[in-house]
Amino acid sequence: MSSTELPISGTPLTLETETVTELTPRQLLIRRIKGHKGLIIGFTVIIGLIIVGIFAPMFAPHDPYEQILSKRLIPPVWSPGGTTEYLLGTDHLGRDYLSRLIYGTRISLMIGYGAATVGLFIGVSMGICAGYFGGRVDQLISYILTCQLSLPGLLLTMTLVFFIGPSVYVVIGVIGVLHWTYYLVVSRSAAMQIRQMDYIAAAKSIGCSKFHIIRKEILPNLMSQIIVIFTLEVGFAILAESALSFLGIGIQAPTPSWGLMIAEGKVAMFFQPWLVIIPGAALFVLVLATNLMGDGIRDVTAPENRN
Amino acid sequence: MLRYLLRRGFMALLVALTVSVAAFVLLNVAVDPAMAIAGEDADLLLVEQIREQYGFDRPIYVQYFEWLTRLFHGDFGESYYWNKPVGELILSHAPVTLQLALMAIFVTVVISIPLGTLAALKQNSLIDRIALSTAVSAQAIPNFWLGLMMIILFSVTWQIFPVSGDDTFAHFILPSFVLGASSVPAVMRLTRNGLLDVLSSDYIRTARSKGFGGIRLLLQHAMRNALLPVVSVLAVQLGQKLGGSVITESIFAINGLGRLALESILGGDIPTVQMLVFVFALTFVIMTLLADLLNAWLDPRLRLG
Repeated sequence: MSSTELPISGTPLTLETETVTELTPRQLLIRRIKGHKGLIIGFTVIIGLIIVGIFAPMFAPHDPYEQILSKRLIPPVWSPGGTTEYLLGTDHLGRDYLSRLIYGTRISLMIGYGAATVGLFIGVSMGICAGYFGGRVDQLISYILTCQLSLPGLLLTMTLVFFIGPSVYVVIGVIGVLHWTYYLVVSRSAAMQIRQMDYIAAAKSIGCSKFHIIRKEILPNLMSQIIVIFTLEVGFAILAESALSFLGIGIQAPTPSWGLMIAEGKVAMFFQPWLVIIPGAALFVLVLATNLMGDGIRDVTAPENRN
Repeated sequence: MLRYLLRRGFMALLVALTVSVAAFVLLNVAVDPAMAIAGEDADLLLVEQIREQYGFDRPIYVQYFEWLTRLFHGDFGESYYWNKPVGELILSHAPVTLQLALMAIFVTVVISIPLGTLAALKQNSLIDRIALSTAVSAQAIPNFWLGLMMIILFSVTWQIFPVSGDDTFAHFILPSFVLGASSVPAVMRLTRNGLLDVLSSDYIRTARSKGFGGIRLLLQHAMRNALLPVVSVLAVQLGQKLGGSVITESIFAINGLGRLALESILGGDIPTVQMLVFVFALTFVIMTLLADLLNAWLDPRLRLG
């Protein structure tokens, strides 16, 4: 029987473990954000357009309202006859198209974010009430939702904006007031789930008021979902405004709105198609970036819900 | 089934009534109908006169019940702008919109269901990615702009289809594509996700393990369940298209209900607008009801819920 000498103080017995550094939720989130191309692209484009909108007077090479009739319908710089003085050409009244496009960013962003905010307050407050209180309150709010969904949204928006009097604030108000169902559905079902959590029971047992629980316990936990809906609703509101302005019921001339620019360009569409293509492409880029950002935030904050 | 039918029917009726009240109040409180008839810069005395003449000075609930009673007697009111009975106006404009809406839904189905099915069968493949990114971009395209682009491409540059109007079948091809395309992202996603869910379910695995597979498995087993939610969404979309083709109709100069609505708004014709809002809402309610009943008939589990 040979005795093997056990190394007691020799090489220490260590378990070879993989060095797993525990990531905090915040680090995990940042890692997911960095890995999400759509989110980064969307976010960059939106920030860029917001900067362009805020500092429009600095970016615009000309006055967007100044009409020079002798310089009507100059084509963009890349097509024959274009000049570098008017990079995107001029419209049927001789106004610089690039400057109008840049100022139009303001209208689209204001109405998009404004209307989505109005809808947020209506939808989320109703949704949380329905989800948290349940019972009769839930039945009533769900009934209101069914009725709202049956109303022809675009037609009502058009009618109300036209008869109240088209202005930026009326457009924001009407689109917002008529568009909150998505917020309601999402915050209702989320509030229903959160209601059953232990921390809500705990808050109740120490005597927190209902208002306090809704504001301090439920609302913060809904935030990420609300932000996702908000972003997508911004895109919807931008498209709704452009459609209204296109039909001549939204933003009125001479204010540069992309929808209105398309309507004005339609007159000369057959021999100068760029007048229609450019503002439409701008709308497409803005709304696409907004939607990419919304989808991205959803993927990053709730990866298990990805479909 | 009968109990379910009665309950759903009663709900639909209740919703239709509530919606009619909401539309009436909205259009008579937010909007001054006398002012709308008289015009923007009319004399105040004239506005007062009109208000008395048409009875707008009475309490709103009296006006509503009069409107509702007339409606039940088949009297849809009189249009100030067109000088015609509103019912006649709606009936004469409806067939064009119906044709447009049906063709649009056909376009949606033909594009989104095969694309969604392919995307689900080959999940994460190139086709799937193309389908999903098409859906994301299609959602960001302004619908009226797509219409104008179609006109520039297919009517002006290549001259395949007529620019505008509603005389022949060819006039409807571009508009129904534009109107139908707007529903493609939603319906395609729903088809794809529904089919993905079904394909990973136990009964499909059982069928596969018994040696059943291929196209027959897809059609006979998987699609039947995966398409249930698609059917109801399509019915709802059809309801929306019957009332929501304002933009498409105005771009392609199609003389349907949407164009009637737009021109009535611009002409300050509240009775026509109000009746159109109600008719569209009613159409939507009926379509959702039909979708629910169809689903309950196809899927017995829903009847108990």
